[in-house]
Amino acid sequence: MSARAWSPPPLIANPWLRRGLALAAAAYLLAAVSSIEVNWERVREGLDRGAAFVASFARPDFVSRWGDIHEGIVESLSMTFAATAIGIALALPVGLGAARNLAPAPVYALCRGVIALSRTFQEIIVAILFVAMFGFGPLAGVATLAFATIGFIAKLLAEDIEDIDPAQVEAIRATGATWPQILVYGVAPQVMPRMVGLSVYRLDINFRESAVIGIVGAGGIGATLNTAFDRYEFDTAAAIILVIIAIVMGSEYLSSVVRRRLQ
Amino acid sequence: MTAVPVWRKRNRREALTVWLGWIAGILLFAWSWKAVSDATMWVFVADAHIQAADMLSRMVPPRWSYMERLWRPLWDTLNIATLGTLLGLAIAVPVAFLAARNTTPSRAFARPLALLIIVSSRSINSLIWAMLLVTVLGPGMLAGIVAIALRSIGFIGKLLYEAIEEIDPTQVEAIQATGASRLQVLTHAIAPQVMPALAGISVYRWDINIRESTVLGLVGAGGIGLQLMASVNVLAWPQVTMIFIAILATVVASEWLSAKVRHAII
Amino acid sequence: MQVSADDLLVLEGLSKRYPTGDRALRDVSLRLPAGQVTMLIGPSGAGKSTLIRCVNRLVEPTAGRVLLRGEDVARLPASGLRRARRRMGMIFQEYALVERLTVMENVLSGRLGYLDFWRSTLRRYPADDIAAAFALLERVGLGGFADKRADALSGGQRQRVGIARALIQSPEILLVDEPTASLDPKTSRQIMRLICELCAEKGLAAIVNIHDVALAKMFAQRIVGLRAGEIVFDGPPADLGPDILTRIYGEEDWTAARETDEDDADERPEDPLRLAEARA
Repeated sequence: MSARAWSPPPLIANPWLRRGLALAAAAYLLAAVSSIEVNWERVREGLDRGAAFVASFARPDFVSRWGDIHEGIVESLSMTFAATAIGIALALPVGLGAARNLAPAPVYALCRGVIALSRTFQEIIVAILFVAMFGFGPLAGVATLAFATIGFIAKLLAEDIEDIDPAQVEAIRATGATWPQILVYGVAPQVMPRMVGLSVYRLDINFRESAVIGIVGAGGIGATLNTAFDRYEFDTAAAIILVIIAIVMGSEYLSSVVRRRLQ
Repeated sequence: MTAVPVWRKRNRREALTVWLGWIAGILLFAWSWKAVSDATMWVFVADAHIQAADMLSRMVPPRWSYMERLWRPLWDTLNIATLGTLLGLAIAVPVAFLAARNTTPSRAFARPLALLIIVSSRSINSLIWAMLLVTVLGPGMLAGIVAIALRSIGFIGKLLYEAIEEIDPTQVEAIQATGASRLQVLTHAIAPQVMPALAGISVYRWDINIRESTVLGLVGAGGIGLQLMASVNVLAWPQVTMIFIAILATVVASEWLSAKVRHAII
Repeated sequence: MQVSADDLLVLEGLSKRYPTGDRALRDVSLRLPAGQVTMLIGPSGAGKSTLIRCVNRLVEPTAGRVLLRGEDVARLPASGLRRARRRMGMIFQEYALVERLTVMENVLSGRLGYLDFWRSTLRRYPADDIAAAFALLERVGLGGFADKRADALSGGQRQRVGIARALIQSPEILLVDEPTASLDPKTSRQIMRLICELCAEKGLAAIVNIHDVALAKMFAQRIVGLRAGEIVFDGPPADLGPDILTRIYGEEDWTAARETDEDDADERPEDPLRLAEARA
């Protein structure tokens, strides 16, 4: 018996399409890489600074700008809590309205519109607009984070509500319950546990975001960090980053505990 | 007379815990709001609606002709996102294999290290990475690419290592039983199982990276954000609107593309 | 125990204690001559799966020796273990095919122990291996299925791929773990017949874990009964009377009914669980 040839079947069966795609990918990569303009002189100079920065993690300086760091962190935290609470409170009606199985069509369209608007733009872009409206300071930050929270929570809430077991809602409706009673007894128990988990998760995200929107003047630790980088005070920058990481890790641990207790 | 049976949803202690939780939450909110309010100039806020109306009137109509100067920054933005995702992917994949319980070579050393890399990468927003890299590498695309890559490591690494931990262990056993080496088990039993997840995660992250790279320019790391910052600084609102429209179109297009690709994979 | 030259596999004082404290095997000794098909029966949790997995060390035995042609597999370093595993083909209960690879790639993965890393990764298998794979697929009745993906096959077809994968290793012995537990009665018989025919053709020995006593009696040359990690019966199928079954499985009216297939379906999950614990 003569040996039969065998080779693994390719991912894309059509050879022309396969080669065409590979060629296009290669051409794009080439074009993309060649579009990077690098000033190697500047990079070489910067590497020393990079090394200095990495080294500064070994001896972060919490002390000399502790006043600024402390103020920034407290501001970030207060922005985070306020924005998360306000955002969730506003997200609940929007989420209810964006659930196809509960809301009438015009309300549905309106709420979906709000969600899409909130999710499309980066927090920092929204922050620019709010700073222009409210002036510099944490209020613009709170508005930004709350706005982003609405889109995030409302979208997931709406999806959860659309996925609930209709039989349970029907059973509650069959008892003669009013619409709010249906919400409380038929819908809420089904979506609550995940909502609490998501809220804690969003709290976490809001804190991380609060650390950057300060760059455009919306309050929080970001402004302090930006200043530290501008002045090449790497020891202080390292200290701030370590504080951020510690808080994020702490809140992540907390949210995992909360989510586990709920299940 | 018999006592009326009492039924409560929660027993006394649970009820107390719930109430204390609510009270703590409300106090926390009150404190936060006070802190925010103390740092706010309410005089400025009072005429926010005037500011907003003013801004809006300046923003429309957008300066359409400005678009011709946005093509190059948009191309840069796309490249930052794509190259950053690829670079991040190249680092995240080995990190994920070191972090997954069932593939790590050492639970005492490699796994905690890999998890530390993932956590630090996830904790820090790509804009902070960009700020840092701009001081190190100088302003430009390179800083943006590396910033995107550094942020992507944690995201891809976390989702991928969770996918690796969820693979079917009997398929791995079957390949081990043929006398395959550790690396062969990796390529023949584990890789085929996590490939779809990896592809989905990468495309998803690429989509996020497109959004993020639109703003990296705010700190000097290349892309369309540079134009945005420049326009905001000189209060050229019609240009800002044009940039918003360009960003919106790019984000919608990338979301559509990534949804298409993910759909094709699954 | 004296090791004689014609013993293919000898187990000596084999014990396994899981980290949970469960003693899955207690001092099991068994010798298998070349070419003999031995069926391993016993209730759930008796240690059948553990015994098979201790032979190729997918589960590390706690104590005892596993002598394959006189070489102690239990003491081999990693590279020696790889070479020993090549000589033992394994067939799994849930087929354990790599679902997203093609039938051909699954069969050829049986050759991994013989190939270096790059060759196997680039799928550059030697022409002999490819020819052997086509021949085996033909033999197990799957000619023309080479480029189908494994997850597109039915249960019986998947198990045939599993058999081909084990055979392409050119093994001396097959370790077969509940090959029919996920199959319907008719397919079960076809698969058992195929395994036994192939063992006869190629002169292979086999240890087969099986729940279905009727099926075991039909195909076995020798039956070993395991209960609570100990061998309580070892003899030809003809000796397997009601009193012996009672010794293996406990009290039951063995004459009243043949073992039903529904029993099989829900009586097997203990072993994967244990494995998961062992790995954790």
